[in-house]
Amino acid sequence: MIGFDEVTKRYPGGTVAVDRLSLTAPTGRITVLVGPSGCGKTTTLRMVNRMIEPTSGSITLDGRDTSRMKEAELRRGIGYVIQHAGLFPHRTVLDNIGTVPRLLGWDRRRTEARSRELMERVGLPDTLGRRYPAQLSGGQQQRVGVARALAADPPVMLMDEPFSAVDPVVREQLQDEFLRLQDELGKTIIFVTHDIDEAIKLGDQVAVLRVGGHLAQLADPAYLLAHPVDDFVADFVGRDRGYRALSFQPTPRLPLAAERTLTLGETTTGVGGDWVLVVDEENHPVGWVEPQRVHGEVTSTMLHRGGTLARSSGPLRAALDAALSSPSRRGVIVDDSGALVGTVRAHEVLTAIERAERPELADPLHPGAPVR
Amino acid sequence: MTDLVLAWLTDPAHWTGQDGIIQHTLEHLGYSAISLLIAAAVAIPAGLVIGHTGRGRFLVVNLAGAARAMPSLGLLFIMVLVLGPRLSGDAAFLWPNLIVLIVLAIPPLLSGAYAGVEGVDPAARDAARGMGMSGSQVLLRVEVPCALPLLFSGLRSATLQVIATATIAAVAGLQGLGRFLIDGLAVHDFPQMVSGAVLIAVLALLADLVLALVQRYAVSPGVSGRRLRERVRRRGPDTLAEGLQVR
Ligand SMILES: Nc1ncnc2c1ncn2[C@@H]1O[C@H](COP(=O)(O)OP(=O)(O)OP(=O)(O)O)[C@@H](O)[C@H]1O
Ligand SMILES: [Mg+2]
Repeated sequence: MIGFDEVTKRYPGGTVAVDRLSLTAPTGRITVLVGPSGCGKTTTLRMVNRMIEPTSGSITLDGRDTSRMKEAELRRGIGYVIQHAGLFPHRTVLDNIGTVPRLLGWDRRRTEARSRELMERVGLPDTLGRRYPAQLSGGQQQRVGVARALAADPPVMLMDEPFSAVDPVVREQLQDEFLRLQDELGKTIIFVTHDIDEAIKLGDQVAVLRVGGHLAQLADPAYLLAHPVDDFVADFVGRDRGYRALSFQPTPRLPLAAERTLTLGETTTGVGGDWVLVVDEENHPVGWVEPQRVHGEVTSTMLHRGGTLARSSGPLRAALDAALSSPSRRGVIVDDSGALVGTVRAHEVLTAIERAERPELADPLHPGAPVR
Repeated sequence: MTDLVLAWLTDPAHWTGQDGIIQHTLEHLGYSAISLLIAAAVAIPAGLVIGHTGRGRFLVVNLAGAARAMPSLGLLFIMVLVLGPRLSGDAAFLWPNLIVLIVLAIPPLLSGAYAGVEGVDPAARDAARGMGMSGSQVLLRVEVPCALPLLFSGLRSATLQVIATATIAAVAGLQGLGRFLIDGLAVHDFPQMVSGAVLIAVLALLADLVLALVQRYAVSPGVSGRRLRERVRRRGPDTLAEGLQVR
């Protein structure tokens, strides 16, 4: 647990970057700090490992005041991922990742084994181990940065816009992997971003900061979307928040229609209708075809792949999106293994949405209630 | 003329003995090495610390400027006049010469070390500190290795200048390859003079070659750029594709 108690940072020159901030980042959870540029996110983060000393107030780590701890010791127990990765250009990927273990006095062999394990964990191919940072793509560098911060298995991680330098596709991938990793590792994480979508996707709780270093609202993502505490937060969480809130609503039982399917390699002769769903041997949907345009066998190159898939155990947003994106207007629902269960139409999803309970509205003592 | 110089250089009698090429080459190398060592011992740590702390930048800038304007021969005469009477025997000539060479070598060494550290990616430095490295660990494990390319270019340019300028030792009572130029001039033996100049140039180039080899092994391919360019050429665009691969 990381605790901020009335923490203020005033830079020489008078800028107040953080103003009497009190908040708790619970153990094993991801706390996201989000806010516009210059609102004091980085400053807040760096006060935790004392890269910046607070002007007043105190920061505790599991109840221990960090100002009483030795700097080096404190920092070695905290994984720190800085913006743009900050890799050491003169060291190979393996040596970069092994930096903290080496500082802690591990021998070469153990360090290398650990580094290799982490490369795998963060999804870096083995073959990159002997490369230098300049030989990596932006996404690979970010992964190395994350692996390096994880190397000595610190219980706490500070991450400053770790995925900001990559394109949206890679960013989404990195975010998914990050969440999967966190499921396994259960670190106490403070994560900085200026992207509200990222905050909502990753955060167990989200702290919205406004310029001047004031905490505007601290809540879990669903609550934040439903109850922005003021105009600033409402503006910041932005439009589409009704739609985005569906990300947090589990899909109820939907009236699924059975779908006539074709297996890859099967012939379309005798098959009618406008769009037909194509599956592979394992009954995993792969795309749609218009049978009257195909003569003979269905191959994977002729598929329309525009439709998204929604898991039946997933959020409502995915189910609605599946229906909206499907060329046949029938949204494809799969089970957890990816096998086809059935299809659903948009108005059926909307009916389910209207019927669904909205627990975050019903319960005024919701755990994500604003802390002011 | 070329024939005469070649004849002079290939005459075995010119290679051996007290006034031979081998002897003078060793002396020349000796003066150069001692001056470079002393200059490096002063300038490199100073440059590293200035780069690391950011304090004392003006020193580097001003020193480098002043040194460029310094006439070596003029300084040598001043040193001989000032120091000569205070020292006795060989030292009376040795030290003025060494000091000139040291003064000559300091600016490139200092700027190389300073600029090298100064140029280290602030994010890398920040990451090092954030991992709990102490100031000296940051300097030795991150800043110095990253500064090596510039540090070496400072060292190589200092070495070239010192070897070339060590010629003046012969003017002020010492030996070295400058002997052939001074003595040759005295008796109008032009083949000897040209041979001396050629020998000095060859020596400087050889020293640079040796340093280049050392640099190759000392500098991480990650910062030297040499291996990087090769790899990128060899691997081409797949470097990027790997980053996007979906697993
Ligand atoms: N070393 C410093 N000296 C003086 N002022 C500073 C310093 N570092 C940051 N500031 C100021 O403090 C405020 C907060 O800066 P901070 O870097 O924490 O913002 P941020 O929320 O991380 O912004 P961004 O999203 O742009 O990274 C800004 O107004 C900034 O100008
Ligand atoms: Mg920042």
